[in-house]
Amino acid sequence: MAKTLVFLEHHEGAVQKGSLGVLAKVDGAHGVVIGSGVRSIADGLGTLVWSADDERLEAPLPQPRVDVIAKLVADEGYDTVLFAQSVLAADIAAGLAARLGAGLNWGLIDFDGEKGRAPQLQDTVVVEVGWTSPVRLGIFRAGSLDAVALSGTSEVRDAAVELEDFSTLAEMVEQAHAEQQGPSIEDADVIVAGGRGLGQPENFSLAEELAKALGGAVAATRAVVDAGWYPYSAQVGQTGKTVAPKLYIALGISGAIQHKVGMQGSNTIVAINKDPNAPIFEFSDLGVVGDLHAIVPKLTELVRAKRGS
Amino acid sequence: MKIVVCVKAVPDASAGRRMDASSKRLNRSGELTLSDFDSYAVEEALQIGGETVVLSMGPERAVDALRKALAMGADRAVLVSSDDLAGSDLLGTASALAEAIAKEEPDLVLFGQQSADGGGACLWAAVAEKMRRPAISQVSELTVEDSSITGKRQTEFGYDTIRAPLPAIVAVSDAINTPRYPSLKGIMGAKKKPQETLGAAAVDPGTTVLELSPPPARGDSVKIEDDGSAAEKIVEFLAEKRLV
Repeated sequence: MAKTLVFLEHHEGAVQKGSLGVLAKVDGAHGVVIGSGVRSIADGLGTLVWSADDERLEAPLPQPRVDVIAKLVADEGYDTVLFAQSVLAADIAAGLAARLGAGLNWGLIDFDGEKGRAPQLQDTVVVEVGWTSPVRLGIFRAGSLDAVALSGTSEVRDAAVELEDFSTLAEMVEQAHAEQQGPSIEDADVIVAGGRGLGQPENFSLAEELAKALGGAVAATRAVVDAGWYPYSAQVGQTGKTVAPKLYIALGISGAIQHKVGMQGSNTIVAINKDPNAPIFEFSDLGVVGDLHAIVPKLTELVRAKRGS
Repeated sequence: MKIVVCVKAVPDASAGRRMDASSKRLNRSGELTLSDFDSYAVEEALQIGGETVVLSMGPERAVDALRKALAMGADRAVLVSSDDLAGSDLLGTASALAEAIAKEEPDLVLFGQQSADGGGACLWAAVAEKMRRPAISQVSELTVEDSSITGKRQTEFGYDTIRAPLPAIVAVSDAINTPRYPSLKGIMGAKKKPQETLGAAAVDPGTTVLELSPPPARGDSVKIEDDGSAAEKIVEFLAEKRLV
């Protein structure tokens, strides 16, 4: 009988949706929350949840979390440890793999307890993957599992915290959390997203006007957020938000995998890009090769006329 | 400051990347190039200054890809290569790289944010664990002091600033700099720079590939070229789907 542990990532006192999805995916899976003052987060999940509550675990850094999970695997005999994709989770999982000599499969969209499925090479192939090591580690792709509301009393147990000397060498100096601005892209039915192809920050007005005409929200790629063109709260992708609107219009976005994982669940995808070889065309329902600066203002006018907006 | 930059030689994107049906591994028979993401790590090392060693694990042909890093300005290249290492997963790759890094005794080890093909985006964390060193990933700003580094990194929730003592391991994001193009002089000089090939013992993989299948179809995908009527065509398309 497989014994599965799920890493429950939390932020501002709540377990992340992705982690809850993984916990719900595997029958009888246990969870672990790691941090400082986190014991209450473990409650209400309807299963056994380990709580590693220690001041030294306050900052969300991966290496001390490897220590905690490795000890749980050794002491409690877990043979499977699963994660939902995140910057933190990938670092923990890889560290744990090296510590335990355990195989790690990432990008999973499905797992049946023995085998997993993972799309690879920009989703050109779906690979059925397995494990040959006694302990199996897996990371689910962001947004691959539906959000599930869990309920029921958790059996919360305290996990021992014994940290390696090198695990605490990296220390958090500052955490800057971006504030939400404008309508939330996670709840929008229509999203107009802009990338480097907009040319300059001022041109985000093209995306904003079109979004307004369609009654939607504006999103951005990591490249333009990093360049300071648009606020972080609008970022879609691996290190940003995962969205699944009815309509996603991508303006000047190449469609790198980092962006794709955050929006591929969208119902209908329309892309405008001047590069006919842009990867985004491979997963767009309608791809338009052309100059967005000429097309978008006209499109906005037509949408306004049609909707009377 | 001595810096080792870990890089990967990947199949050229223009030739297409595909899996080999019989070996169930990535087809690496075509031309190999330096993974784009790694050029940011090479550039960062050159900007920090000191001795820069590029390190890769791969087939002997990967030397050609390492030459691009040398042409950019790296001082030496080390390739870990042996037939036994083909088909290594994270465990074997991390172990071989950690062994080669230990021989160099660098102050700093740099990685790119992910490879252009496998894309697990976590190798550095396994190498850091093997070497018992601190690691910072997704770093978009890096400051190097005498005996420590400070990295600003992006996560799902905002920006973290993390400090770690040297020696340390850092994975940089593609927002950290703009990699230089090799100059003609750099390209000519690269051939004369020291290149070394090391062997390594194979480590049993912990994962296996069972089967390959085509991805599920997304439904009809239409691609048009703008002939001046693209805006109208988009509106027609949206109207058909009842989205406007």
